[in-house]
Amino acid sequence: MRHGTRIAVGPVQFRVGSDWAKPIAALDRLYADYPQHEDRPADATVRLFAARPWRRWLRPSVHIGGDYVVPDALPLPLSMGLLAAEMGMNLQVALGWRRHLLLHASAVAKNGRAVIMSGASGSGKSTLAALLGEGGWRLMGDEFTLIAPASGEAFAFPRAVSLKNQAIAELAGRVDPARLGPLLAGTPKGDIRHLIPRADAIETMHEPVRPALLLFPRFGGEAAVVPMGEGEAFVRLTEASTNYIALGEAGFGALTRLVRTVPAFAIAYPDSASGIALVEDLWAEAAR
Amino acid sequence: MSAMAILVDLFAGRRDAAALAPREWDGVIGVARAEAMLATLAHRLAEVDVPEPVALLLADQRRAAEVATGQALWEAEMARRALAPERIEFVLLKGTAYAAAGLSCAAGRQIGDLDILVGKHDLARTENALLKAGWEWVKSDPYDDAYYRAHMHELPPLIHGGRDRMIDVHHTILPRTHRKTPDPLAMLADAVPAPDGFAVLCPTDMACHCAAHLLADGDLQGGLRNLWDFHCLASDFAVADPGFWGKLDGRADQHGLRSEVRRAARLARDLLGTLLPSGWDAHDPTDRWFHRRLLARDDWGRSSDFLLQQAFYIRSHWLRMPPAMLARHLWTKWHKRR
Amino acid sequence: MIDRRYRAAPKEALRVEPLGELTAIFDRRSVQTHLVVSPIPEILAAMGEKPCDAATLAARLAADFEVEAEGDVRAIVAERLRELADLGLVAPA
Repeated sequence: MRHGTRIAVGPVQFRVGSDWAKPIAALDRLYADYPQHEDRPADATVRLFAARPWRRWLRPSVHIGGDYVVPDALPLPLSMGLLAAEMGMNLQVALGWRRHLLLHASAVAKNGRAVIMSGASGSGKSTLAALLGEGGWRLMGDEFTLIAPASGEAFAFPRAVSLKNQAIAELAGRVDPARLGPLLAGTPKGDIRHLIPRADAIETMHEPVRPALLLFPRFGGEAAVVPMGEGEAFVRLTEASTNYIALGEAGFGALTRLVRTVPAFAIAYPDSASGIALVEDLWAEAAR
Repeated sequence: MSAMAILVDLFAGRRDAAALAPREWDGVIGVARAEAMLATLAHRLAEVDVPEPVALLLADQRRAAEVATGQALWEAEMARRALAPERIEFVLLKGTAYAAAGLSCAAGRQIGDLDILVGKHDLARTENALLKAGWEWVKSDPYDDAYYRAHMHELPPLIHGGRDRMIDVHHTILPRTHRKTPDPLAMLADAVPAPDGFAVLCPTDMACHCAAHLLADGDLQGGLRNLWDFHCLASDFAVADPGFWGKLDGRADQHGLRSEVRRAARLARDLLGTLLPSGWDAHDPTDRWFHRRLLARDDWGRSSDFLLQQAFYIRSHWLRMPPAMLARHLWTKWHKRR
Repeated sequence: MIDRRYRAAPKEALRVEPLGELTAIFDRRSVQTHLVVSPIPEILAAMGEKPCDAATLAARLAADFEVEAEGDVRAIVAERLRELADLGLVAPA
């Protein structure tokens, strides 16, 4: 393809090709401080392409392709090329990665132990992780958490955090503006702005940690904490995993071990501050 | 050298995987994924010293393929449980058959739907037994359904709701409108047992079906995998039975598939290094179009050579249907899209 | 109604992991996970290696769990066996 770049996030080496220079330049800026392994072949390929040659210039719209594609995915305008790249990378990991049990969950770590937060979009898992990652925690990732089947350890996938809507303002005031990507207004997912993780999150991205707390956050309503049984946590995590079935018994073993060894809670919170407070409280309890 | 050319060389054993440059691996991994052959490649290179990231990725693929093969064989088992009480005998076809029979091409091979062959006289009972056991029609429109029943070589696809897997029930191996009409009764009659009690086609029929599937039953999209199947099947069968090629000729004649089988053998020889006996070792100038079509993929895994693809698409329809019917079919398909 | 006989999956085919109120059963043959509640694990455990029907099983369960084997229990066991057969966890003998 005309333009391309290589990005390593956690254990996954991507190559991203594009018909346009702009999305690649934007990616290169977000991922400038991530380790580069020029000699490492790519695990996954993402393609950003124009459906017809003239659509590179005329009302350019970016189709998302790669090793795996969603047949009916709608293209995005070129101004949202960075979002297209992000979606393409997520798609390849979600559908193609087989080395770890893949949880659609954010995670942060402290002292070699991790809090894993699983929830649908809108649950606030991403914002909570981003905020904790600006405090005393190492950000492991806002989208995927990887569990090694053999050891049960959690591995990070610290891509650039995808801040959405209100979360943009919550974080933008707290971080160096150089760590923020361009504002992508009015995307199909609302306003989006990427946040480059702190240097410590990127430096330590290959270090495994032991899962210590499983949270299922829900944004909105009174602050509440409800302990969750092993069975329910198991069901929820199979639903939050895109490769559970493909891993066979290895996935089954990893997940039963996870829900048996790690306490799980459903939490509800009215605002980020109380959400953070709940996480810190439960952590203090779990760490005891 | 294009990634597809390197991929084919790796399969043929013409190139040392340990000597590939990192950027060459990018392309090879990309096109192997696009051809649904990365796990097959992983098995082909299992003993080769490759860079560590590649070795890890290939090990992932082998493990995942093992899981997927287990799932595919389970579908065959569930079909057996559905059909056994009705005393319906069936023969496994394609990927599931290769896996059930433990053939070398099954290692890492992606298996899509479960394909089975039943006698035409058993078709209605098979349909009923499957519906009773939890399979259901994939929602389709009346034209497609009528088209399948009138002209195709299989029932409209059925899906099992609980397991989300499809089954294709064939009563012959090519569409009824196809100019070639292989003899399904002979195939059923000469089927052989596989280790787990399933039946599979006998070696010559398996090779005939593989060649027909590759060359007479589609637009060659993903054809490299079928060609690899043919290469492995024919090579292994020839080792087990020195008279295999001669028998294959006879059987291909019986099914009216001589030119397909011959061409599949030549393509396998040209691209994958299959050893052919002297009588088979001819050259046909039209083969080069097939070479090009089989390798039509760029280093980013995209199909290339658009016009050639279209040519093969129309050719595949022409092979399957008499021209007047083709016109009607393409017209209806086109009309529906508007 | 005829009381069908079923055969349990071979022991080594299943990995059974109790998870609180649920039991997760991994079937190595189908590569499927089944989440079940009582009395499914009890039924599977009571089946043994030989084919058996709902009446036999109901009697075994009655002995183990001190419930009446007749009427409802037998009907329930027969229904559960049909469901287990649909999942492939037991097979008609």
